[in-house]
Amino acid sequence: MNNTTVWSDPRSGSQIDFDSFKHLAQTAERGKFDFFFLAEGLRLREMKGRIHDLDVVGRPESLTVLSALSAVTTHLGLAATVNSTFNEPYEVARRLASLDHLSGGRAAWNVVTSWDAFTGENFRRGGYLAEADRYTRAKEFLQTARELWDSWAPDALTRSGGEFVRPDGIGFFEHRGQHFDIRGRFDVPRPPQGNPVIIQAGDSEEGREFAASSSDVIFSRHSKLEEGRIFYRDVKSRLAKYGRAPEDLKILPAVTYVLGDTQEEAEERAAEIRRAQVGPQTAILFLEAIWGRDLSGYDPDGPLPDIEPDLSTDVSKGRAQFRRDRAETAAKWRALAEEKNLSIRELVIETAAPQTFVGTAASVAAEIDTFVQTDAADGFIFVPHITPGGLDDLVDKVVPLLQEKGVFRADYTGPTLRHHLGLKELS
Amino acid sequence: MTLHLAVALDGAGWHPAAWRAEGAQPDRLFTAGYWADLVVEAERGLLDWVTFEDSLSLQSSRYDGPDGRHDQVRGKLDAVLLAAAVAPLTSKIGLIPTTSVTHTEPFHVAIGIASLDHASKGRAGWRPRVSGRPDEAAHFGRREFPPFDLANQGFIDDLFEEAADAVEVVRRLWDSWEDDAEIRDAATGRFIDRDRLHYIDFEGRFFSVKGPSITPRPPQGQPLVTSLGHGPGPYAFAARNADVLYVTPTDRDDARRIAGEVRELNPGLKVFADLVVFFGDHKARLDELDGAPLESDAHVFEGTPAQLADLLLDWGFEGYRLRPGVLPHDLTAITRGLVPELQARGAFRTVYETPDLRGRLGLARPASRYARVS
Repeated sequence: MNNTTVWSDPRSGSQIDFDSFKHLAQTAERGKFDFFFLAEGLRLREMKGRIHDLDVVGRPESLTVLSALSAVTTHLGLAATVNSTFNEPYEVARRLASLDHLSGGRAAWNVVTSWDAFTGENFRRGGYLAEADRYTRAKEFLQTARELWDSWAPDALTRSGGEFVRPDGIGFFEHRGQHFDIRGRFDVPRPPQGNPVIIQAGDSEEGREFAASSSDVIFSRHSKLEEGRIFYRDVKSRLAKYGRAPEDLKILPAVTYVLGDTQEEAEERAAEIRRAQVGPQTAILFLEAIWGRDLSGYDPDGPLPDIEPDLSTDVSKGRAQFRRDRAETAAKWRALAEEKNLSIRELVIETAAPQTFVGTAASVAAEIDTFVQTDAADGFIFVPHITPGGLDDLVDKVVPLLQEKGVFRADYTGPTLRHHLGLKELS
Repeated sequence: MTLHLAVALDGAGWHPAAWRAEGAQPDRLFTAGYWADLVVEAERGLLDWVTFEDSLSLQSSRYDGPDGRHDQVRGKLDAVLLAAAVAPLTSKIGLIPTTSVTHTEPFHVAIGIASLDHASKGRAGWRPRVSGRPDEAAHFGRREFPPFDLANQGFIDDLFEEAADAVEVVRRLWDSWEDDAEIRDAATGRFIDRDRLHYIDFEGRFFSVKGPSITPRPPQGQPLVTSLGHGPGPYAFAARNADVLYVTPTDRDDARRIAGEVRELNPGLKVFADLVVFFGDHKARLDELDGAPLESDAHVFEGTPAQLADLLLDWGFEGYRLRPGVLPHDLTAITRGLVPELQARGAFRTVYETPDLRGRLGLARPASRYARVS
């Protein structure tokens, strides 16, 4: 749901029809994937004060569509991104517990934080949270959700002899903290997985600690082999102090793939996709987001502007990655453009549209395996660039090779997502 | 005349001891299969829609807070997610979950119901529900409510005013994407025409919401909004905000009186009467098990499908929402007993004629309020 998705391709279908989601999820399940992951954005992005119109936009509420997908899949995990800033623990805990029940233990929650007043304008509370408090709220939110899931004993439902639930009480909770002061009775029985699988994507120092202390999966952006290994080592080494083993947290970088019958063909296709992802208008917008200026007068096929970035303004809203280090990025881009003699569009293609695995099915399978065998990843979250067919080739051509190598499951061996991921069962 | 028939699904049925009845399935209440079986059965009977009850607190035999009982069904699943989980397994029947408009963010409600409408291809509805219970408010910790008291008119008026604002926000968000906002214009590189997306800029006494929605306009444009009311305040709320009102008359005269009262508020509002229904004589035994006769806000019917058909035609509403006393028993009696009985009298459809829920009630698909007339 960003410029990675190539909507101009003739094979590109609806981004909102349920059938598109069903095709993607059923393809993932055919490929024996661990889970299907949906992102979230609670306000449409804006550039220069207007709704961003160049990229795919418009998405369903993730838990609702995942619940519908639970009816057309049997083993696939279902991962929802749900914001901890513009939600309350009681509601999020009951919805995730409900999805876990309805799917027979396949729910996961990608905990994301947000702090901006911009998104807050869509909510009753507005932009109430200081940036510094977003992780303390997220941490306490997750802690509180776990208290709610644990408030029903695993054997609370007796349903015999005139007694539906155990008489010694169900669902009692009381939480007093900095962000939540709540008490009462939780209304959903303990989820089949105990607690749904917890996913986080934080990359900052704080984010890494948060993940090390309390998440089951980390969704990382480090999709290059060497930086992947560094990140992997760093995060795994943080687990011991929380009494956790390295295998208790799975590291899954977000990656893309492009296949061809030969390496050259794959490279050509990959270049074509990058050009489609970064059209002339998109290139200028990327630059404007860093420069903080209106650059609509510049030629995307020409050189970078001579003028310096204006760091006092923020022309891009609703996209976290532009918030930091614009001066540094601008300097880096300028150096890169000079070194390689790149136009604006070429530069943006080079920096903003990276692709991970490009090659033949065999070479991609080998590369994937290398990542995992050399501790750069425990697995991957594939981001397809076409809806709904973007996983077809991966599942039809690459997955069988991984299965032949014996490095990927030939079939599911248990019912729950926790089981697929090799995480400890919670009693 | 032909009737509209909806069924209200809740736990093991509407009798508090329903889970102990013969044929009840207490071990399946928290599985998708249980709900899928019920809704598929309802669709087999060509019913208009099913509703899913919900609240943000544990079930209770008291209206003002929790009780200490453990002999009744306790625990439930989120209604929007339940409805979504049965959507791909059905193709015609309407799916109407309940959500709170007191505690749940209107933005989340709007995208949830819109997503249900997309997942069901135009079969979603919504029942907004207010909650004045202090224990429910304590689950959120954002505000403190006084002990619940129906005589506290100012407090209750505020809840309904806030609910009306929430419905307004949800309706505006559904309209905030015009139908043709997605243009995929290769020449200009634009996926959407931003002029066909609209800020809703709602500002009210209780909150403000900017918009637009993150979800494209639902297939029905405006999913069906339904509301339950027991008196003038809720009737007025429904008359202004809902497409369908469920009422709870106690007998034929009461039915006529209520129908007249509502017609004066809004002659276009669809009015359905709620009834708790038991086919057979199992209610007495359940009352005994529960320790007291069933208490209900709605009239409790016991008898045969033919007797219920007589009652429905006699009371004269255009539609009814039946609350089965015991599931699946009293649902199956509706689909396999009452429906054929009504069909034989020419009073119920023999085939689904429209694919979407609004169409079933004869409601057109409205244009977005933000669309320019060209």
